[in-house]
Amino acid sequence: MPTFVRTDKCDGCKGQDKTACMYICPHDLMKLDKDGSETGHAMKSYNQEPDQCWECYSCIKICPQQAIEARPYADIVPLGASVQPLRGTDSIMWTIKFRNGTMKRFKFPIRTTPEGSIDPYGGKPEAEASKITEPGFFNHNEQKGYRSGDASELIRK
Amino acid sequence: MAEFGNPEVVEEEVDILLIGGGMACCGAAYEIGPWIDAAKKEGVDISVKLVDKAAMDRSGAVAQGLSAINTYIGSEQDPADYARMVSNDLMGITRDDLAYDLGRHVDESVHLFEEWGLPIWKTDENGERHDGSKGLTPLKDGGKPVRSGKWQIMINGESYKWIVAEAAKKALGTDKIQERVFIVKLVNDKNDKNRIAGAVGFNVREHKLHVYKFKACLLAAGGCVNIFRPRSVGEGQGRAWYPVWNAGSTYSMAAEAGAELTMMENRFVPTRFKDGYGPVGAWFLLFKSKATNAFGEVYMDTNKELLDDYPPYGQTKVPASCLRNHLMLKEMKEGRGPIWMDTVTALAALRETLSPREVKHLEAEAWEDFLDMCIGQCGIWAGENIEPEKKNSELMPTEPYLLGSHSGCCGIWTSGPEDVGAPTEETEAGVPDHLPKGWNWGYRGMTTVKGLFTAGDGVGASGHKFSSGSHAEGRLAAKAMVKYVMDNQGLKPELDADVDSLMEEIYRPVRTYLEHKDYTTAIDVNPNYITPRMLQFRLQKIMDEYVAGVATYYTTNEHMLSLAEQKLEMLKEDALKMRAKDLHELLRAWENYHRILTAEAHMKHIQFREESRYPGFYYRMDKNFVDEENWHCFVNSIYDKESKQWTCFKRAHVDIVDKSKLFK
Repeated sequence: MPTFVRTDKCDGCKGQDKTACMYICPHDLMKLDKDGSETGHAMKSYNQEPDQCWECYSCIKICPQQAIEARPYADIVPLGASVQPLRGTDSIMWTIKFRNGTMKRFKFPIRTTPEGSIDPYGGKPEAEASKITEPGFFNHNEQKGYRSGDASELIRK
Repeated sequence: MAEFGNPEVVEEEVDILLIGGGMACCGAAYEIGPWIDAAKKEGVDISVKLVDKAAMDRSGAVAQGLSAINTYIGSEQDPADYARMVSNDLMGITRDDLAYDLGRHVDESVHLFEEWGLPIWKTDENGERHDGSKGLTPLKDGGKPVRSGKWQIMINGESYKWIVAEAAKKALGTDKIQERVFIVKLVNDKNDKNRIAGAVGFNVREHKLHVYKFKACLLAAGGCVNIFRPRSVGEGQGRAWYPVWNAGSTYSMAAEAGAELTMMENRFVPTRFKDGYGPVGAWFLLFKSKATNAFGEVYMDTNKELLDDYPPYGQTKVPASCLRNHLMLKEMKEGRGPIWMDTVTALAALRETLSPREVKHLEAEAWEDFLDMCIGQCGIWAGENIEPEKKNSELMPTEPYLLGSHSGCCGIWTSGPEDVGAPTEETEAGVPDHLPKGWNWGYRGMTTVKGLFTAGDGVGASGHKFSSGSHAEGRLAAKAMVKYVMDNQGLKPELDADVDSLMEEIYRPVRTYLEHKDYTTAIDVNPNYITPRMLQFRLQKIMDEYVAGVATYYTTNEHMLSLAEQKLEMLKEDALKMRAKDLHELLRAWENYHRILTAEAHMKHIQFREESRYPGFYYRMDKNFVDEENWHCFVNSIYDKESKQWTCFKRAHVDIVDKSKLFK
């Protein structure tokens, strides 16, 4: 399901050097056509290698103009379907359109804390150099997740 | 002025470099800070940098999100139970020390994910399940997760990577992170060829060659996808099961640096929803669905006797993954396909006991399973008008994948924990003298090359660590790297290659293109070079047709392997003639070079192991049996970057936990 960019919606991220989709694509697929020489549409981005698209939807989810959609793989899927998200800060809404016109909508939570709010070491102990060769992380069992296990299970000790 | 073909050289020296930005390197980025602070108190200043070829918010195997965390031990299970499961699923040849160590640490990372904001499904006191936004008691304080199977817990994981990356980026500091730089080569130390001293790569957006010098590095750049011809060869070839950007960089760069690889014969052939490769775990384990042949027969029951051919791995409650494929392949080969996931019956059975509200929730859960991690499968269901309560879906075994973190165990031989009773001697003859004898050599996660560490898909002979375990393993390596740097303060890394020759080598595809591009009128057809795309097709054709791909129903033999060996050698020679018409194609060129070396390791290991250890994943038809007497051992290898030759050898397998408990 390669992604495609709608000419009527993409604004090239307002002429910045790098678009949101270029920034995020894990496979370096999205490209801004600055002068229109590659697509005929200047200052709009495009998927430069559609058959390498994993359909991870990272570009679709991040696009500030909702200009990117996906068209299911032409070599596999009958025409007419679409799956489109709208990602917010704490949830994502999905609209699924079937070939036969059936529509489904779902909303799922994506995060329980505000974006950008993580305090990585807040309330965590410091690491103790004397314990660097012992099992356990710097915040050993602060998360109550260390499973020390039944010692008798280790049959060669 | 830097330009295409003539990049600016950026040289940097740090103490520790993290290569990759996936779960393992995010774990390392988080864990390393406090240990660096502790080292500082001891008078040792340590600098660190992370380099990712993509953007950390959406890089690695978890980029798209996940619908489950597949490794969560919980308070009710023992790390030894986990090590036993890993062992049996991978046909008995895994490192219990590594699996056990991961098992005791992994939940510490899972609990952090929840603290950071990852919604984790919970079961309430009435047994009803709720999504992770409902504010039920966290796992850390005794909250009950929703299990799908013994080891998985369900999550609302669309933003899983986004959340984990936020913590990693804040912990490390964005000034210590370099995105869009693809490291393509490690450099050994001038004064000790068995030590690592640097890494070199290029910026995919600017004309810059980056040369890093360091004392230690964590190489965690994922597994390997697209070395076999995929089932979809048009637009759909990007719809690989594992992420298409995982190019074997971890294995190939480690091999060229001289690191010992292990179990590179292992592969994973997941059975998934056909064409979209949507996950089946929740369908089998949460919705209790069955897989059948065309006639509605449950092949896991009707072909059950086939499991007796592979004692003891077929005789546990959950037979090894490859054997489940083996039973399905019998149906396909004998003409009783297609294979169906019977979603209709499963959902009808569940509806009998549920309220209308719960039924609606169930439907959402079924779709979320795909939407969180494999959206393309929803596109296929929508395009084919499939609603799972009304119409069943086809299953299909995919093309083979190489990885060490999912149900696979290829990778690098790494130093394990010292307190679990692992061997300190080697009993198999033939291990090259310069390699360690036992299973630990001082620093957890270090490869056999001094200063070179790995985690996640990089750590071989373990498997089933998945997202959470890869994060935990990255953390273990981070801590060990700090110790390594503290112990080696006087070390001054010196590269064994000069920057000019590294530049020449890395930019060769660009120079080749610029030199020859005007020889023909068609940019892609030129006798002086090969496009990375065509080189990849050639690799995939060789692997598919000779090294047990889908074309031969995963079968091969010594004669086919010998042909593959010759063809791969010529392919490796021709890799030097790849062209790159822009930086994007230079990225593809180097990814495909990494794929070739990884594929070659895979082929050589299958050739060396004279049995079929993973029926259902591959069959050597000339040795179509599991030979416990001669081959219940690791197959390891080293690569000589000068002669370009592989040396394979055995290492003895030892149990550290009692496997007989699996059968009680």
